[in-house]
Parts: sequence; C-alpha cells; structure tokens
Amino acid sequence: MSELQLKSTRFREEREAGWRKLESLLVKVERGSAAQLSDDDLLAIPVLYRAALSSLSVARAISLDRGLLDYLESLCARAYFVVYGVRGSIWSSLARFFLDDWPAAARALWKETVVATLLLLLGMAVGYGLVVSQPEWFDAFIPPALASGRDPSASVETLRHTLYAGGQNQPLSAFAAYLFTHNAGIALLAFALGFAFGLPTVFLVVSNGCMMGAFVALFVSKGLGFQVGGWLGIHGVTENFAIILASAAGFHIGWATAFPGQKARLDAAAAAGRRSGALMGGVLVMLLCAGMLEGLGRQLIQDDLVRYAIAGATLVLWPAYLYLFRGPRTKLERAGG
Amino acid sequence: MAEALTAKKAKAPPKVKAAPVARAAGPDAEVRSLVTPEGVDLRLRLADVGQRLSALILDELLMGAIFIGLTIAGLLGLFAVHNKGGGEALLVLWLLAGFVLRNFYFIAFELSARAATPGKRRCGLRVAARNGGRLTADAIFTRNALRELELYIPLGVLFAPTDIAGGWMKLSATVWCGVFALLPLFNKDRLRAGDILAGTWVVKVPDRRLLRDLAQGGVYETSAIRFTLAQLDAYGIKELQVLEDVLRRFDRKAVQVVADRIRQKIGYARGEESDGAFLSAYYAALRQRLEARALLGRRRLDKHDKG
Repeated sequence: MSELQLKSTRFREEREAGWRKLESLLVKVERGSAAQLSDDDLLAIPVLYRAALSSLSVARAISLDRGLLDYLESLCARAYFVVYGVRGSIWSSLARFFLDDWPAAARALWKETVVATLLLLLGMAVGYGLVVSQPEWFDAFIPPALASGRDPSASVETLRHTLYAGGQNQPLSAFAAYLFTHNAGIALLAFALGFAFGLPTVFLVVSNGCMMGAFVALFVSKGLGFQVGGWLGIHGVTENFAIILASAAGFHIGWATAFPGQKARLDAAAAAGRRSGALMGGVLVMLLCAGMLEGLGRQLIQDDLVRYAIAGATLVLWPAYLYLFRGPRTKLERAGG
Repeated sequence: MAEALTAKKAKAPPKVKAAPVARAAGPDAEVRSLVTPEGVDLRLRLADVGQRLSALILDELLMGAIFIGLTIAGLLGLFAVHNKGGGEALLVLWLLAGFVLRNFYFIAFELSARAATPGKRRCGLRVAARNGGRLTADAIFTRNALRELELYIPLGVLFAPTDIAGGWMKLSATVWCGVFALLPLFNKDRLRAGDILAGTWVVKVPDRRLLRDLAQGGVYETSAIRFTLAQLDAYGIKELQVLEDVLRRFDRKAVQVVADRIRQKIGYARGEESDGAFLSAYYAALRQRLEARALLGRRRLDKHDKG
C-alpha cells in the first residue's frame, strides 16, 4: 500500500513534529510567558522557524493540500513576528526610551523646537501687549468658561485669592487633573495636526501663547505680576516646554509631508512619524509631571520664592536632561561612528 | 481638506511601484507580499475594513466596561471614605485612570508579543511594520497618538453640548471625522492616518490548526475504487481545493450533490460505495495526479487549463 501514499503526505509526516513543537512554543511566547521558556526552547524557536519556512517553500511546490498550506503560512507568519517582533521586555524598552530614545529624538528635532519656542513667545508677547493696551482684548483670548471670574472686572482680592486658594472652596486638585488631561489633548493635537503640513499647529501654539500672555497681563495690571509668575511658572515651564516639543514633532511631520525630498511622500511621512513618536511619548511624561506640580505642588507650596525656585529648577533640568545627557547607546554610537 | 489632500498625494508613489505586479481583483487583491530575510514570501493578508471596525468596537466596549468598573469602584470608595480630602484624591485618581485607559490601552497591548489589542486578537488581526522590519515602540506610539485626532476629538465635539459647540462646529467635526474615519476605505492598503505616519499596517494572522490530511489513510488506500487517467484529468487545482473544502465540512447534502456531479462529469458508473467514500477516493487520486504533474512543472490551475 505504501506506493499509494502521496509524496506530500510523506513530507508532512516527516516534518509534522517540528511544526507542532514550534506551535506550542509560539503559544507560550504569545501568552507573554516567554520568561518560563527554558534556554533550549528559546534557542530552538529560530531553528524551528527556519525549518517551518523551508517546509512552507517545499509545500508550496509539492503539496496541493489547502489545509496544510494555510496552516504553514499562518505558522510561519506567527513565528516571523515572534522572531522579528518587538524586542525585549517592556522594562528594557522603557529604560532604553528614557536613556536614549527620548533625548535623542529631542536633539534631532532642535530646529523645529526653536521655531515652536519662538512662535509661543510671539503669541505670549502679542497676547500680553494687546491686553495691556486694551483690556477688552482679554475676552477675545480667554473664553469666559476657562477664566471663571478671573477677568478685568474682578477685584485685586479675588484675583489674589485664586492664586493662593489651597482648595478650600473648590476641588482644585481635581481641576488640575482635568487640566492635565486637557493639556495632554492640546499636545496630542499639536502633534497630530502636523499632518496638515503643520499650519494648524502654528495656529494652536500662537493662540496658546496669546492666552497665557493675556492671563499674565491681567494679573500684572492689578499689581500681582510677581505672584502670577510663581503661580504659572511652577508647572508652566514644564507644561509649555512639553507643548513646544509636541509642536516641534508636529512641524517635523508637516515639513516631511510637504517636502519629502528624495523619498516617496508616504515613506517620508512614516519616517518622520516614527522619529517624532518617541518625542511624543516624552511629552506625555512631561505633562504628567506638570500635572503633578500643578495639582499637588501648587496647592502645598504657597510661598512665591519656593514656587520660583521650582520653576527655575525645571527650566534648567529639562533642557539639561534632553540636550546634554547622553545615554549608553548614544555614547556607543558616537564612539563607533 | 488638507488632510485628504495629504493622504491622496501620499498614496500615489506606492501605487506606481506596485503597478508591474498584476493583481487580480477578488481574494488576492488583499494579499501583500512580505519577504522574510530568509527569502520566503509570507503572503500576508490585509485586514478588511469590517474586521477592523469590529475590533475597534470590541476594544471600545472593553474600555467602556473597565471604565464603568473603575467608576463603580470609585463611587464605592467615596462612600467608604466620607471626608472631603479623600474624596478629592479619588476624583483625581479617577480622572487620571480614565486618561491612562484612553491613551495607553492600545499602546500597551500593541507593544505586547502579539502586537494586538484584545479586539484585534479576537478578529485574528495584528499590527505589522509596512517595510517588513521590526515593529518599534515609536511606531506603535505614533499610530495610537493619531487616534486622538481621528476619533476621540471629533466624537467629543460631536457630542458636546450645543452651547459650547454650535452647528457649524459640529458640521466641521462631522466632515473631519468622515475624512479620517473613511480614509482606510480610500487607499489600497487600508491605512488610517495613524498607520500612514507610523509606517504600519494591520494584517490578518489567523490562528489555524493543522487539519487532517484528507489523502492519508482511510478509504483510498483500502478501497477498490480506481480511476483512469482520463477521469483524473477532468479537473485542476482549483476544483481540487473546492473538493477539499466540501470534504472538510462534510455537509451530507453537499457531498451527495458534488459526488453525483463528479460521477456524471467523469462518467463513473455508481457502484456499492457511499458518496463520501467515492469523494475521498477521487480527492486522493486527483491530488496525487495533480501533484505528480506539478512536480514536473505543469501546474494545472483549473479544469479549463489545458497545459
């Protein structure tokens, strides 16, 4: 009877054990329990994967069994994604992100960062200048819902109270958490809008700057300039730096989409998107820090000088970390190149 | 509108590249070649829009369920705590948890070994890098950061109270939402804006089990059913695989109809054998014949193929 057995059937009988073994290992890896695999098993995966690939090539040539071909295709694809998939544990990739990827991305986008900073400063100057010369402009920059009574008609006492209210009359820390999610939304928007050649990002940055300038102008006009500086600076330095970086990432994408250079537009956009993606991860971390400073720090610290000290510290530490710090991998690359 | 323009322009170059490969419409239109470093083409299939939509809905439902669970836990905690400071801390936690859930649900799951959220897993999908290389954390972050712009912000405006967002705002949000939501329908690779920027796409990785070899053991080797070469040359590979499908499902009615049809076509006089036995024997014999011819370099694609 054996002469009646098909070549493809014999082929399958010979190789099947290897496929099954690979499949059982893949299931373990996909369940996230790769740590439980023995060293032998981990070393076996690439070998079994290559054997499965060779089986697939042979099967495509000699077998007409659709069930077998589908199985091998799916097995090889799964193994391919394990062998060439996201590498390392979540912890090692987090470490790499903080030590190398984030600062490297920030350094790579320094030109865009300068542009975004200038735009934000421009917005602040415009907002400040207009409100100082004509207080009616305040309403144009800050919607009444956000101002919540802090407008030119408010008394000095009310305004002073808003700067130092420790949450007695309204849940300010909850408001800060809300503000954080709101600011993170703005940052993500500034990034994502870069897709439209970066023009909406410009608008967003300038208008954000205008709002802040108008806000400061209001307090300055009531003789509370020094105090509002501490109130804003304690978290505002971190927050605005984050928004600047997000806009820089947006500009980077916008520029790459508008002027792809030698590459195809789709490829240029993808490359820019990946480069700025790391930066955006960092932006979210910064916003989280800003949210903490705003919600907790500002409530607990009522002294203007301490507030200024923290603002100054963040003003030095963030750029020092992003532009001066070199991670182990970056150093290695520099030494190699 | 500028977004649509970008997408359209961005779409053009690969189309030109893909042109030399003639691609038939139908099931093969969704096959994309991914050549591994070992030189084997894995022929991945793109996820279709329906699958992606159902994966998204599943994920949103799951997130909703988690969020409701968190809210209930928070409310219970509020009753337990009583004092104002504790309640406020809970409110902060609740807001932050909502934020983390909304922004990191997709990222965390897509960073895992399967590169898929529970909804995508359920639909047999995963995210992969378009260039066939490693899927990086940056790419996953980028593709999900854009989700904010494509989905949540327009939805937020759409459902905002009318005193904040007026009719015009809502209209533009709807248009905006439409441009992004329908983007996957208007490009060949079914990319959404996040996929375009991240250099990723969503492919099918069905988790198939190894099925029984229908030509092995059983009827064919033991039965006395034999076919002449002329009877075996009635069909090609396409028909063989349809027959395989019929045999795997083994729907009694279909088996009977197909068996009768084949007997009639090849002029086989009905004997003692059952329809199932006849089909199994014919399948094995036909496969042997076609595989033998294929080994000699003559793959007969279907019954019209005379080569």
